[in-house]
Amino acid sequence: MRAAIEVLISLLLVAGGFFGLVGAIGLVRLPDFLMRLHAPTKATTLGVGGALLAALLYFVGSGRWIVHELLIAAFLFIGAPVSALMLAQAAIRARLPSRAPLAEAGEDEERPG
Amino acid sequence: MSRLFPRPWLSGALFAAALMFWGVAPLPLAGAALLALVLPLGLARVGAPSSPLARPGRAARLAAVVLWDIVVANVAVARLVLGPPGRLRPAFVAVPLDAPHPQVAAALAMIVTMTPGTVSADIDEGCTRLLVHVLDTGDPARVAADIKLRYERALMEIFGCSTSR
Repeated sequence: MRAAIEVLISLLLVAGGFFGLVGAIGLVRLPDFLMRLHAPTKATTLGVGGALLAALLYFVGSGRWIVHELLIAAFLFIGAPVSALMLAQAAIRARLPSRAPLAEAGEDEERPG
Repeated sequence: MSRLFPRPWLSGALFAAALMFWGVAPLPLAGAALLALVLPLGLARVGAPSSPLARPGRAARLAAVVLWDIVVANVAVARLVLGPPGRLRPAFVAVPLDAPHPQVAAALAMIVTMTPGTVSADIDEGCTRLLVHVLDTGDPARVAADIKLRYERALMEIFGCSTSR
């Protein structure tokens, strides 16, 4: 039982680390600002999610019911989209070069002002 | 009572969250009570919209769907990121919203951002359209249709708003 939980925790940590790493690699490799924005918002979902789940399991497995991890997850899920939305809006207003054509989607952003 | 606690669910959630952080003792209890009292009152004062959940059970089901989508799509995005970046076909997709409901729009924008491959880029002022940036798609119209079918319909049921404008 103990060993099973430890294996599960290890797997979660490795998976979380992997997706965090992918997020970082994406930040370096993706060609434009809005595409790079995908990388960090994704790392928080599975990367941090895996680490939080591992921590939760560790504490529950050792008999202490500490659920701070759930709060961290909740705040991340609220905070990451809000900051991503603001960054994306700023990028559109500043007309940063984007490989995705904006014309068909956001005529009202094209207006100067 | 409703004057003092305009958002009882929010107050309860804040109280519980604060106690989870600080533990149960006199000072944390006082702090948690203060948070539960002041924050919702402040929100009500600035006129932030509030609507009760019409169907909380449906919300739990939607949460399960979203969590599953996050896992599946994360793997797909990992493959995209590690593959040749020149092959990606990013696109902006405008998703027209069926009901101009601020909570539905906000929750939908949040879900879209948290599910990998899509980021909400803009919500217009009247909550009638969500602008989504997609990392790689060959068919933008289908992305919009998927978002509406998988998430928007459920959110509208949860917040109890009708489909007609």
